[in-house]
Amino acid sequence: MTYAIKLDIFEGPLDLLLYLIKKNEVDIYNIPIAVITEQYLNHMELMRSMNLDLAGEYLVLAATLLNIKSKMLLPPEEKEEGEEEQPDPRAELVRQLLEYQTFKEAAFNLGQRTLLERDVFKRGIVPEVKTEPGEELIEVDLFQLVEAFREIVSGLKGEDLLEIDTEKMSLSDRIHEIMERLSVEKSMHFRDLLADVHDRRMIIYTLLAILELMKMRIVKAYQTHAFGPIRIFLAVEE
Amino acid sequence: MEDLRSIVEALIFASEAPLSVDKIVDIIGMADREAVVDILRALEEEYANRNGGFHLSEVAGGYQFRTRADMASWLRKLKGIKPPGLSQAALETLAVVAYRQPVTRQEIEKVRGVDVSGALRGLLEKKLVRMLGRKNVPGKPIIYGTTKRFLEVFNLKDLAELPTLREFQELQE
Repeated sequence: MTYAIKLDIFEGPLDLLLYLIKKNEVDIYNIPIAVITEQYLNHMELMRSMNLDLAGEYLVLAATLLNIKSKMLLPPEEKEEGEEEQPDPRAELVRQLLEYQTFKEAAFNLGQRTLLERDVFKRGIVPEVKTEPGEELIEVDLFQLVEAFREIVSGLKGEDLLEIDTEKMSLSDRIHEIMERLSVEKSMHFRDLLADVHDRRMIIYTLLAILELMKMRIVKAYQTHAFGPIRIFLAVEE
Repeated sequence: MEDLRSIVEALIFASEAPLSVDKIVDIIGMADREAVVDILRALEEEYANRNGGFHLSEVAGGYQFRTRADMASWLRKLKGIKPPGLSQAALETLAVVAYRQPVTRQEIEKVRGVDVSGALRGLLEKKLVRMLGRKNVPGKPIIYGTTKRFLEVFNLKDLAELPTLREFQELQE
């Protein structure tokens, strides 16, 4: 099995460039383009070898760096009397870097604030859930739900039953059924929802119903640990 | 006066969202806005002096009871749910929206140097950012701004309470 690892080390090409400038302790207004460009390209190579998905933006900035580098290699044009001085080919990049750095700082500052539901709380609206000490609930995403679904389906007995379509059940019927059970029980295991369901179509309807309800933010799915049982909660609207 | 104070306290206690002075004045049907403001100040002080588990905060253009920040670890246990953390990408995108609003997606991408559609979608879902309309330029791109919810989550009275960008620039020098 291969694992695709995604490391969010850099937020993007500008972030990588800022990192290199800091690492080399060079002046942002006087970037040694040749050195920085080389290191930038090395980093790109490294990220590629680690199987990181390199966004096209990294390439764009690489091209910009190479373009600046080549411009700086050219001898300055002969200046005629009264002609304005050639602009520094790095000027636009420096402006961009400074602007990004400012917003990075602003973002950091936002993250340091006293956040609601992290540092301070208002009167309860989030459903309280009994957990074992040390356990934390993790919100489940689509993929975990699909994985749990796959497990359940694969656990079904492979009896070949000839099915006669007696009652037609629609997706919205299943949604109403689940909502009804949830409004009584407040929360239930994903597995329980499928406990007495043997019909393949019903299983699919159940999954679709849950996905639909999650999308509409009517229910939420949580688990206490990775690969743990998934519980479905009624989401209380604020 | 004592009565009025109790009414104001009750209103804030039972309100879901931060309760604004205007709303309080509206409910009580009293023309004297200043008196309500005085009561709110007095209540704020009272809870601060009491030094209990929660206090009255002025946030997002209103007043709300909030737990003290140093109680966070206990409350997280009670809620049992991990706080929905914001990623670096989300925070950076949010910062650009907060300071540059009204702003288009293209303008945010120019600052961050990366595609921001995913981060923006997440912020819209969390209701921290909303669509304000469309910019009257070719292509009519959508413009975005922050919400009241943003102020509430980030513990801000209003946008002016954010430090200026210049302060961050000076920090770098």
